[in-house]
Amino acid sequence: MSHVVERDEVTGTATTGHEWDGIRELNTPLPKWWLWTFYATIAFAALWVVLYPALPISGATGLLGYTARGAADQDRAAQASAAEPMLARLRATEPAQIVADPDLRAYAMAGGRVAFANTCAGCHGAGGQGAPGFPNLADDEWLWGGTLADVEQTIRHGIRAPDDDASRTSLMPRFVADGMLTAAQANDVVEHVLSLTNRATDAAAARRGAPVFAENCASCHGERAEGNREMGAPRLDDQVWLFGGDKASLLRTVSFGRGGVMPAWEKRLDPATIRMLTVYIHSLGGTEAAPQ
Amino acid sequence: MFGIRFNHGTIERNLILLGLLTLITISIGGLVQVIPLFTVESTIERVGGIRPYTPLEQAGRDIYVREGCYTCHSQMVRPFRDERERYGHYSLAAESMFDKPFQWGSKRTGPDLARVGGRYSDEWHVLHLRDPRHLVPESIMPSYGFLDRPLDYRDIGQRLATLRTAGVPYTDAMVANARADLEAQARPAEDGSAFSARYGRARQMDPDGNARAITEMDALVAYLQMLGTLVDFTEATPERLRQQ
Repeated sequence: MSHVVERDEVTGTATTGHEWDGIRELNTPLPKWWLWTFYATIAFAALWVVLYPALPISGATGLLGYTARGAADQDRAAQASAAEPMLARLRATEPAQIVADPDLRAYAMAGGRVAFANTCAGCHGAGGQGAPGFPNLADDEWLWGGTLADVEQTIRHGIRAPDDDASRTSLMPRFVADGMLTAAQANDVVEHVLSLTNRATDAAAARRGAPVFAENCASCHGERAEGNREMGAPRLDDQVWLFGGDKASLLRTVSFGRGGVMPAWEKRLDPATIRMLTVYIHSLGGTEAAPQ
Repeated sequence: MFGIRFNHGTIERNLILLGLLTLITISIGGLVQVIPLFTVESTIERVGGIRPYTPLEQAGRDIYVREGCYTCHSQMVRPFRDERERYGHYSLAAESMFDKPFQWGSKRTGPDLARVGGRYSDEWHVLHLRDPRHLVPESIMPSYGFLDRPLDYRDIGQRLATLRTAGVPYTDAMVANARADLEAQARPAEDGSAFSARYGRARQMDPDGNARAITEMDALVAYLQMLGTLVDFTEATPERLRQQ
């Protein structure tokens, strides 16, 4: 372990004393700037351990008392208090008055657009255009009513929502599957429904279907198939079909029933958010005024 | 002795000292990972509503793991305001305490699923899993139409028993009735009182509407519809969580 410090002739730097085939290794010291930066990081880490929750022990918060959850709650509270004046006004104002007030309406439209993208677009589409089985919200055909009050009721309690007792529940029965109609009767009544839009393929069957319709379908869909919003029963004499309007789809509807489900949002969303959604959805194109 | 400067040369020339210092350095890394495990009992919040997964949900969870859903979907709402605005309350440790293995994930190609339960209808999930583009035109999620095949749940009792050895508190009755409970939950037309007695508010459902078969689709949708719905957050407020 003799330790003689050798110096390189060219650079004047000490060598490590190692030698391989006449080649020696310089023991160049680390640059001072690097060394001090390294010491600074050690000091930073020590400070961090003291100030922030760095020790792997449950409940350790550090001198600053920081927790990620606490910071998130604070952030949320700060944002909520900034928005609170407008949100409180939205909560206290009926949707019809919100629409009449330019300030509130602009706020509700901006907030409603964001909430719609996050909450509703998955089923009803980014523009409210819907998809087969999921109603279009941008047209003027409404299953349960398109006034502001109707829309708000639907958002709050959903349609056939399993966890909301105030939800709208009526649904299309399984006429053939449950033995209320024979397959032949189903065919006749479907032909009758097709005949309402001049699409019947079998005039005789359509005539036989008329009394079947009057007996089984008219109680919900109306005698003239004009629909009934109390029951969420769509009108059948137009070109708007939620589950498809071709014969095969209609046969399936009559045979096995239909009953789409929409979640109830009252427990998930702030009442002000529901108000904003109401105003936004109402503006999409199917605007319907409240009955006078 | 005083002439020796304590530099790397000193350490490199002394084998015992080198070994000792290496051991200390490595143990710090190890201890940082190990020590929290001793305090895990006090780390998990005590909140109401958490229960072991029903046999149908557990079967769906196994499909979730098998299909690698976690590679694109996280199940971890982080404590940030923006995440809370989008997904709901941040995830609690208690919510994944019966996850063996947990499905927190590490990347969101699709959205977080920790609070997806109840956001969509059962039918939506079925249509969306069969063909995501049917409902979300811009989606890049693969189609999972093949899940419409019958679910193999012959070993569901053994699966629950295995999870029990890993610490999930399934009772003897839950293990013994696993098959019956799975079938009861998947057949809403049948009496589910025995099932409800064991699993509380868990909902009977037949998402694909095919009463003749219990499919993998049924199981996966049952699992998805439960996610994030167990804890009642009107009770588990930030103040109460802090006090524990």
